[in-house]
Amino acid sequence: MDDFLIRAVAAGIGVALIAGPLGCFVVWRRMAYFGDSLAHSALLGIALGLLYGININLGTVIVCTVFALLMVWLQQRRVLATDTLLGILAHAALSIGMVAISFLGNVSFDLYSYLFGDILTVRMIDLYWIFGGGAIVIGLLIVNWPALTLMTIHEDLARAEGVNTVWANILLMLLMTIVVAVSIRIVGILLITSMLIIPAATARQLVSSPESMAVCAALFGVIAVMLGISGSVELDTPSGPSIVTAAAILFAVFSFLAAIRRRA
Amino acid sequence: MTELLAARHVSVYRDGKTILEDVSLSIGEQDFITIIGPNGAGKSMLLKCMMGFYAPSEGTVFRRDGLKIGYVPQRLVADHTVPIRVRRFLTLRKKASAVDIERVAGETAIQDYLDQSLHVLSGGELQRVLLARALLDDPDLLVLDEPAQNLDVTGQLAFYKLIERIYAERNISILMVSHDLHLVMSSTREVVCLYHHICCSGEPHLVTRDPEFIGLFGQDMARLMAVYNHSHDHDHVHDHGHDHSHGHEHSHHNGGDSSHASHHYGHSHHDPSHVGRDRQKEQQDG
Repeated sequence: MDDFLIRAVAAGIGVALIAGPLGCFVVWRRMAYFGDSLAHSALLGIALGLLYGININLGTVIVCTVFALLMVWLQQRRVLATDTLLGILAHAALSIGMVAISFLGNVSFDLYSYLFGDILTVRMIDLYWIFGGGAIVIGLLIVNWPALTLMTIHEDLARAEGVNTVWANILLMLLMTIVVAVSIRIVGILLITSMLIIPAATARQLVSSPESMAVCAALFGVIAVMLGISGSVELDTPSGPSIVTAAAILFAVFSFLAAIRRRA
Repeated sequence: MTELLAARHVSVYRDGKTILEDVSLSIGEQDFITIIGPNGAGKSMLLKCMMGFYAPSEGTVFRRDGLKIGYVPQRLVADHTVPIRVRRFLTLRKKASAVDIERVAGETAIQDYLDQSLHVLSGGELQRVLLARALLDDPDLLVLDEPAQNLDVTGQLAFYKLIERIYAERNISILMVSHDLHLVMSSTREVVCLYHHICCSGEPHLVTRDPEFIGLFGQDMARLMAVYNHSHDHDHVHDHGHDHSHGHEHSHHNGGDSSHASHHYGHSHHDPSHVGRDRQKEQQDG
């Protein structure tokens, strides 16, 4: 196997392993639109990274974190509904990002690869980001798992039992910004949310505990990545959309099986 | 008496509105206090301040060192997207042995649901699961925020009976917010009537005579509650098929007792004319 292919598979597996468990919270807490908006704002991070010559992963983490904190602050003022706020922030960030990119002038910029990912161009530095960031995400998720799950089931109950729910909410958002930042090269800005929710939604059909849903979601993500990359190489299709297509097929198959089982 | 939890001169102002004004409330060992009051009276806010969810605008909340509080929220909306069985839900963030779980499950009659998913349970079953979780740490104080609001009448009755039994068996303190006047008033526990400030407090049959209570809930409700209370005065089994027709006689009898309920005078909307009307009506009835 070629080096670039090994890096691609390793990167894809890394992203799947963190997106699956975190994706459970995205599904449970209905944060899919938030994830999408966060990913849109990542384009501004990429633009700033390229403009000022800093690592684009870092640029993305910074911009997405500012986005998330701004979102928390606006939400607490309760003037507008969350989806309205997300729509404003996400599209503003996307547009500002595109405007900023136009200032780059003659620097070659492959917008398509940022929107849909280009897993076959993954470099070692990207792998460090994925596995470094991934270790942080998984570590924080494991440590805070019971508190986050309890908060998801009943926020006041968690508060009564000593969970700082404000910080727990911010933590979830920050973990999502890391996942967004490290996933851009794999599936692209437009498809990041699908890596979070499709494997988790597939897992939901099979399990009866929150922990097994997280493990299953990670496994489904890995399978989707393997199928997607092999399909992409065989059929010469774009890698990001191929992975998401594979994930969607898995979801369809298991939904069908679950429906049959329920009827039987 | 050792104080477990207390609000001291607590006031809460939000968006230019006074939600709580100078509220003081103390819960001691083996107290069973029920806070009643109309919608928007600030009952939940008082509970949330006492639980430490919100800091009051003025005043302080005292909490005894090491006090263990079991909290039972209004309701649990079990979301089917979260796969979780009752047993796992009970032990989230808690260190409980299988024996502990069996014990509280027996106490709250949820043994049969331990291995079922949370989202298939009925409202009454979910409330008992929440109660079981609250009891798992052997709390000193049980705090319940309108725990039976979403149950039907039979379910409410059963739930309140369960609370009474736990109170009696465990020797713990209970602080409860309730909408279910008819059930609260049929018990002989202490009632605190809240409408931004504490209007009156005491045993239910005294509170129902209080002019501020009558002002809040209306003459008819006060009369109805007095009837409830009296028909059960000598019979603590809450039999709802009971004939209440003799209640008027009782309320006439005890008309002069209202002075025993502790008033909190000096608030603007206290209307002494209620007292006069109340007495007059009773005389006519007699």
